Amino acid sequence: MTWFPEPIPLRSRRVIAVATIFGCLALVPVVAGAIDQPFYVTLAARILIFALAASGLNLVLGYGGLVSFGHALYVGLGAYVVGMLSAHGVTSGWVHLGASIALCGLVAYLTGLICLRTSGIGFIMITLAFAQMFFFLFVSLKQYGGDDGLQIAQRSDFGALLSIESNTGLYYFSLALLVLTLYLSWRFVHARFGRVLRGAKSNVRRMRVLGFPVLRYQAVAYAISGCICGIAGLLLANLTKFTSPAYMFWTVSGDLIVMVMLGGIATVVGPLIGAIVFVILETVLAAYTQHWMLILGPIIVLIALLAKRGLYGFLLR
Amino acid sequence: MSEPILRTRGLTKRFGGLVATDALEFDVLRGEVHAVIGPNGAGKTTLVNVLIGEIPPDGGEIEFDGRDITRLPSYQRALLGLSRSYQITSIFPEFTALENVALAAQAHDGHSFGFWRPAALEEGLGRSAIAALAEVGLADRQGRLAAQLAHGERRQLEIAMALVSRPKVLLLDEPMAGMGRRESEEMVKLLGSLKGRYTMLLVEHDMDAVFALADRITVLVYGRPIASGSPAEIRESADVRKAYLGDRYAAR
Repeated sequence: MTWFPEPIPLRSRRVIAVATIFGCLALVPVVAGAIDQPFYVTLAARILIFALAASGLNLVLGYGGLVSFGHALYVGLGAYVVGMLSAHGVTSGWVHLGASIALCGLVAYLTGLICLRTSGIGFIMITLAFAQMFFFLFVSLKQYGGDDGLQIAQRSDFGALLSIESNTGLYYFSLALLVLTLYLSWRFVHARFGRVLRGAKSNVRRMRVLGFPVLRYQAVAYAISGCICGIAGLLLANLTKFTSPAYMFWTVSGDLIVMVMLGGIATVVGPLIGAIVFVILETVLAAYTQHWMLILGPIIVLIALLAKRGLYGFLLR
Repeated sequence: MSEPILRTRGLTKRFGGLVATDALEFDVLRGEVHAVIGPNGAGKTTLVNVLIGEIPPDGGEIEFDGRDITRLPSYQRALLGLSRSYQITSIFPEFTALENVALAAQAHDGHSFGFWRPAALEEGLGRSAIAALAEVGLADRQGRLAAQLAHGERRQLEIAMALVSRPKVLLLDEPMAGMGRRESEEMVKLLGSLKGRYTMLLVEHDMDAVFALADRITVLVYGRPIASGSPAEIRESADVRKAYLGDRYAAR
């Protein structure tokens, strides 16, 4: 059995770059502890969570060429699974995880079957419309906080060994899930399924005439991508001990797209790099001015113009 | 060489007021090369599109290998053994030549819900893809990105993708389109080597190619066949000459 789904020399720039990134990420809680800045763990956990969501989106956006403008929906659903189950006294993390994967997979599959009948601008608008429908649904659910959101008393309980009660525990739990997801995505895009997905991005008409029921594969990809965003939502709810309709607002979907584009579309670690840069810039700039988008906007434009495959492509140029 | 494998009855396709296929009764016999010729706008490409299922017909029926396929989506027709090539090359430019053909092979090799094993390491797919590439003369181009192939090579790749699934009928939409003289001759040689092993419907403008390859020719004008017969008969038909061929292909 080979661990690498594509041939890459161990000492290539790619391997070194990726190993460096993950090495640094693994050290964040240690360094933050040493310099007594626990805030950095929270910030870095936020990065990992958005990296997870962005890499979920990247499966359909990057490899499938399907521009979904509604993936915040699944982040929000994953968060509400934690919030609502906890409100009813269900605190088991494994139940939360299973429920958010099942719910997000189901909602993504069913809405996907509808959305995927359109393409281009139509697809963008219909994915946005579904997300906004759910946004207003949760705003109207007064018993779960409505517009104000829902406080979560206690983090999901994954047992003593995998406790995420501390921020450091949550951080490493998120890092492990991210690494696992990125590795599985890497396998996935080189396996048969990924080839079908990339083929459909390149030439969907040809794929049908070759004998592929394209819609079926795209809907499953859409569901998988929704599940990954659902897991990110579960982690986000645990990080903030809070869930709110704002998590599924359209601007979050937009942020996710920006992270994917910024880091490197259709690359496995691109979304992670995008999330690192996006969340850090957002945090740093927001400390200086509330109009931080004025500065972030041009930076994104510059990167989009200069680096075709985002920062990751720029790194490996 | 006797019974039809592909047959249309009353097949009709209109685009607004334009009738592209007009109550067409048409068949392709098992094992033959049936060429469809006709002036631009005669409805040849429309016929291929309707047969493969990319465009739904407005009326009539299509029967393939004893089955009514009129309402089947194109992917199911492909799985039943109908395969096509495009007039404007339709490949996956960011895939290598080998990956293009392997993907075509994958469509006919069970489902593609494989998430773990790299497709590039699947020996079955690789073997059929390499064989198909060799068959069209692209054996030494397998690792090359399709986007980097020369025009003629892309046309050959297109044929390899259509071939790799061992289809029962090949629908070839102007395989010689945009080719130089030498490339065309190569393509005629290639298609000639397939003749007898594959049933082919050949839509083509290059009359030298048509007369070299076809067992039977149908001349389409405004979506209607004005003549159908052996190459010799078509060459001699006064109607055809008047409508389309001109004097160059008159009986020699």
